[in-house]
Amino acid sequence: MKRRGIRIVVESIAVFFALVIFGIPLSYVVTNAGKTPAEAATMTIQPSTTPQYVQNFSVVIKEYDYTLLRAFLNSFIITVFSILVLIAVSSMAGFVMERRKSRTVSWVNFLVLAGLMVPPAVVPTIWILKLIGLYKTLTGLVLVEAALSFPFSVLLYRGYLGAIPRELDEASFVDGCSSFRLFIDVIFPLMKPVTATIAVITAITIFNDFVNPLYFLPGSKNVTVQLTLYNFMSMYLTKWNLLFADILLISIPPLIFFIIFNKKIVSGMVAGAVKA
Amino acid sequence: MTTGTSKLYSYRFFIPAGIIYLLFFIAPTFLSFFFSLTIWTLSDWKFTGLDNFKIFMTEPSLVIGFKNSLIYAVLTCGLKVVFGFLLAAFLTTDIKTRGFLRSLIYFPNILSTIAVGIIFSSLMHPSQGLINLVLKAAGIPGPDWLGDPKIALLSVALVDVWKGVGIAMTIFIAGIQAIPPHYYEAIMIDGGSAFHKLRYITFPLSRSSFNSVIMLAFIGGIRTFDLIWVMTKGGPGFTTDLIASIIYKQFQGGFYGIATAGNVLLFILISIIAIPLYKQLTRVEVNL
Repeated sequence: MKRRGIRIVVESIAVFFALVIFGIPLSYVVTNAGKTPAEAATMTIQPSTTPQYVQNFSVVIKEYDYTLLRAFLNSFIITVFSILVLIAVSSMAGFVMERRKSRTVSWVNFLVLAGLMVPPAVVPTIWILKLIGLYKTLTGLVLVEAALSFPFSVLLYRGYLGAIPRELDEASFVDGCSSFRLFIDVIFPLMKPVTATIAVITAITIFNDFVNPLYFLPGSKNVTVQLTLYNFMSMYLTKWNLLFADILLISIPPLIFFIIFNKKIVSGMVAGAVKA
Repeated sequence: MTTGTSKLYSYRFFIPAGIIYLLFFIAPTFLSFFFSLTIWTLSDWKFTGLDNFKIFMTEPSLVIGFKNSLIYAVLTCGLKVVFGFLLAAFLTTDIKTRGFLRSLIYFPNILSTIAVGIIFSSLMHPSQGLINLVLKAAGIPGPDWLGDPKIALLSVALVDVWKGVGIAMTIFIAGIQAIPPHYYEAIMIDGGSAFHKLRYITFPLSRSSFNSVIMLAFIGGIRTFDLIWVMTKGGPGFTTDLIASIIYKQFQGGFYGIATAGNVLLFILISIIAIPLYKQLTRVEVNL
């Protein structure tokens, strides 16, 4: 009985600290996003007496001739296409890497593992993009994002394929399946769960990415949501209510993903970290 | 089956991945070794030998980046490991609010780094920020978190830990859940306390989780750019500049050769530290 008492006290203290350290900064964003300009000067967690979320959102959206809407569109395009490219190339590569043991495969393996640690060489990448005419284009950024997410994704595919028995491949082969048909009709459908995990995790990573758009998409035409947030930061300076309204708006898509796919995100993060 | 292997698992499956990965990752990495030895305008280059590296090693505003990046990596990595492990150990015991706490602590990971940077720049504002208002109410004079050169780097590192500790915790939780329960039963029969369980079972049997977390957090820390860029831009002065923020500044200034040399130095630094660290960490695991 005494032990249970102690446990409840310990747990209450833990919940209290977690709410202070992690809950307050989050509720701080929500309350401040709805403040009036006068209230915004006092940066407290006291909710606004006359919250004006709709008005703040519309100011942020209309800013710079609706630049935020274009940013949302760009970010969605970049995210969706990067994932499509990434899944196509890494599922195929992961398939052969897991199934075949050879000197070539161990070299490929090494290059992929190195990609998890080595910092990307940004300026030479820009040089190559310029050379093939893709610098400052969404296509260029899509390809770079896919290349940088490739090592993580291929490791998840390789790990997952280990649990799919080879007998399946052999049976399909005996039935006269070509290797391409085997992959498209048998293997790829079986990998749906890990494909979903990769899609969800890279969606959040790429949507939230700031560094690559900063380097590869300079200029005002091709803004992404993170770039607008960064630009608004220097423009609004003390208008915290508008800044937080912007943060709230651009955090909604990842938040929805987190709520729906919580388990997938967590399991994928763990698998990726441990396989590496 | 040997003929089948090469036929079924054709290297042709590598071609699409190979093109993208070679073109946008491998080739730039190799090119960076060459272009780091030049004065480079992107359209033209002039070979200058090791001059760029000399500049990086002697210019005080650039040298500080190495020191700061190392401090930052060690600090964030250490704190993420300690707090991540303790949180995981606590959140694998049977408490009622376990699921809620795990989600709450993981949550900052889905916010963008820019958003987190802005939130904490506001919370850490010297006169109006919530943190200092609370400290003031308690009678403690709050420091200028991001403006005081002595603590600015530490402040940003703490924000990094706030954002990233959830991932460390999640990896540790997965490791702890994989420990067979009979170990704990054995120590309970021997009359061990909760501390004994943590010290003699959970801790030693989480070695591989420690490896993963240390590697991830350390490499992530030493490569950090966006959080420092949004919170301090390397200031005040150059006191919080990291290697990656210096690379960006040189890039902005059009010094592409120097920026690339910075990249190569980062590459070398990560290899020097990460490879022995990795070997050391995996060796300890084998000995166990």
